[in-house]
Amino acid sequence: MSDSTVTNVVIGGLGGQGILRSSDILADAALRAGFDVKKSELHGMSQRGGSVSSDVRFGARVFSPMVPAGEADFLLLLAADQLEPNRHVLREGGVLILPEQVDAEKLLNRKSLNVALLGLLSRRLPIDEEHWLAAIRSNLPEPLHPANLQAFSLGRG
Amino acid sequence: MSETKQVLLSGDEAVALAAFHAGVALGVGYPGTPSTEILEEFSRLGGHAQWSPNEKVALEVAIGAAYAGARALATMKHVGLNVAADPLFTVTYTGVTGALVIVSADDPGLASSQNEQDNRRYAVAAGAPMVEPSDSQEAYDLFLAAVEMSERWRIPVLYRMTTRVCHAKTLVRPRSSPLAAPRASYTRDVRSRVMIPAYAKPAHLALRRKLAEIEAWNETSPLNSETAGSAELGIIASGVAYAHALEAAPEASLLKLSVTYPLPFGRIARFAAGVKRCVVVEEGDPFLAEAIRARGIPVESKPEMFRFGELNVNRVRRILRGDVSPEPQPKPGKAPMLCEGCSHRAVFDVLRKLDCIVAGDIGCYTLGVLPPFNAMDTCVCMGASVGVGLGLRHVLPPEQARRVVSVIGDSTFVHSGITGLAEMVYNPPPTGHVVIILDNSTTAMTGHQEHPGTGRNLDHEPSSKLSFEGLAQAMGLQRVRVIDPRPGAPEVEETIRECLDSGELCLIIARRPCILIARQIREWEKCAAVCSALQS
Ligand SMILES: Cc1ncc(C[n+]2csc(CCOP(=O)(O)OP(=O)(O)O)c2C)c(N)n1
Ligand code: SF4
Repeated sequence: MSDSTVTNVVIGGLGGQGILRSSDILADAALRAGFDVKKSELHGMSQRGGSVSSDVRFGARVFSPMVPAGEADFLLLLAADQLEPNRHVLREGGVLILPEQVDAEKLLNRKSLNVALLGLLSRRLPIDEEHWLAAIRSNLPEPLHPANLQAFSLGRG
Repeated sequence: MSETKQVLLSGDEAVALAAFHAGVALGVGYPGTPSTEILEEFSRLGGHAQWSPNEKVALEVAIGAAYAGARALATMKHVGLNVAADPLFTVTYTGVTGALVIVSADDPGLASSQNEQDNRRYAVAAGAPMVEPSDSQEAYDLFLAAVEMSERWRIPVLYRMTTRVCHAKTLVRPRSSPLAAPRASYTRDVRSRVMIPAYAKPAHLALRRKLAEIEAWNETSPLNSETAGSAELGIIASGVAYAHALEAAPEASLLKLSVTYPLPFGRIARFAAGVKRCVVVEEGDPFLAEAIRARGIPVESKPEMFRFGELNVNRVRRILRGDVSPEPQPKPGKAPMLCEGCSHRAVFDVLRKLDCIVAGDIGCYTLGVLPPFNAMDTCVCMGASVGVGLGLRHVLPPEQARRVVSVIGDSTFVHSGITGLAEMVYNPPPTGHVVIILDNSTTAMTGHQEHPGTGRNLDHEPSSKLSFEGLAQAMGLQRVRVIDPRPGAPEVEETIRECLDSGELCLIIARRPCILIARQIREWEKCAAVCSALQS
């Protein structure tokens, strides 16, 4: 049922950039908001800096765990040079979110870029802020909370 | 069933939770993507989990536990079952007293593997009933069902998962009341357990009887399910292909098979007869389609091009349309590389410089095949570096033979390199040979697991440490060198040159921890030192 009640997000970048952490946070926030959620990615040799991408789908009922090519509503990239290998997932009119859309200078910790981009994405998703904040807290160790909550609100604006 | 809360779990985590709730007394395995997280999570939950040196040993340990009446779990990736195939093919004859569930995590599409073999074939070849979940809820529920099947028929059950089931996270509602675990206790049953021909012949007959019973049970088993839909199109699917099919053809009638060996042919025939067109949607080999058609049931199989790689919703749509036009190929992403500062780098720099013929092996260091190193010539399966290197040495002309080196990681050496070393001292090539163990104190490739050479167990607690140099000496190797492959160390080149020139049998151990885990290892060691000080 490739119906419009399912929202498809693909997060892409390079190993070590926190792709899987971001998709965990998004999936958790969607779960907290009461949606059916599926998330999928290829693990493997990601610590060696290769391309990584993760699919998150949520809605009333989700079947396949993978976003079909050409059906992503959002493509969020942590590395701008990863556009080419991921472009094909985006549907016509789908939204592209790129790292330069947040001012990295303003981040308390540059490693929180992934969460800042989630903040940007969050503006367009039907998930209340409280669920995002709870998901960030539960998916990151406590010492990282301040930097990541700041990054999220920077992105969310 | 229960009022418990839904949680988002990967298929691997769901299996671990189910194993914990099923009272599995022992979980054993050898790391391998995409199965590795099962035992790590099982241990985290409080289960008794252990890494074995390889999959064969793991399965044998699990068999012992199941003979003792306990519930046992063995986990491995698809190629791991090749290593464990020997015990598998006979434990189906002996049966078990408790429960034995063997997880085979297949990797269609080769996300992180050397081949995309379809292990459903093993169920048929060995005579093991097979269960296949399609998402994490099923990974949880069907694992509990597999334990019950194993106990009911006293037979090992093959639990076949694939990358997308293992690693995708989907919602799971666990049971509120775990299964009560049996108590282990030994009852002598020599005729069932000792496979001399006189006992194995009736055991084979008994196995076939059990399988016939399971087949009859499977005809009405609630584990398989049917969704009535269009009379025009029926789909038979299993595993993650079922999820893709639900999305690709919401109007179709669906027969979802969870127990895929022995197959319920009566049920399949009735389903196929009830629709105008019946298509089997499955990933990998046409395993279901061939079996069903061999029974004379008219179903369509996917076109050959869909044997390769993973399925997804778009590919299932193509299968249903019969569309065999070339598929769009996305631009390749960035290939992985050895990390900056990886201890394997210095060795490959030298092997390239010395123009060695490198019989390689599997691990992070396989990336030595790529630029800038270009320093690996062969890679077949775990442990093959030693044997392949010896074979090359035996037949190549001496000027080439002298350049042959075998390179193997520490975890891989323990897994299946030790027998290669025995072969080397037993049948030495005329030009000698050089084996290099890249000892980075971990199984880095699969996410840094322990092994017998690290001196720590699965939970990173101190354990006996296998000494590679001691082992080599015990085998009679004279020239054993230990070097530190730190960047720019001249001893790396000096030692490799010395060994190549010697014409003897040599073992070089290049020892330096993987930089991604070096700090963590120091902490575990500190912890261990404190503990032993407290105990003495
Ligand atoms: C039979 C089998 N089991 C498991 C695997 C998965 N696997 C590939 S390499 C490897 C071990 C790598 O460890 P090591 O040899 O120490 O090299 P490192 O990655 O640390 O460089 C494992 C577990 C496999 N390919 N084949
Ligand atoms: S994870 Fe460790 S062994 Fe693997 S490439 Fe990185 S440093 Fe090398």
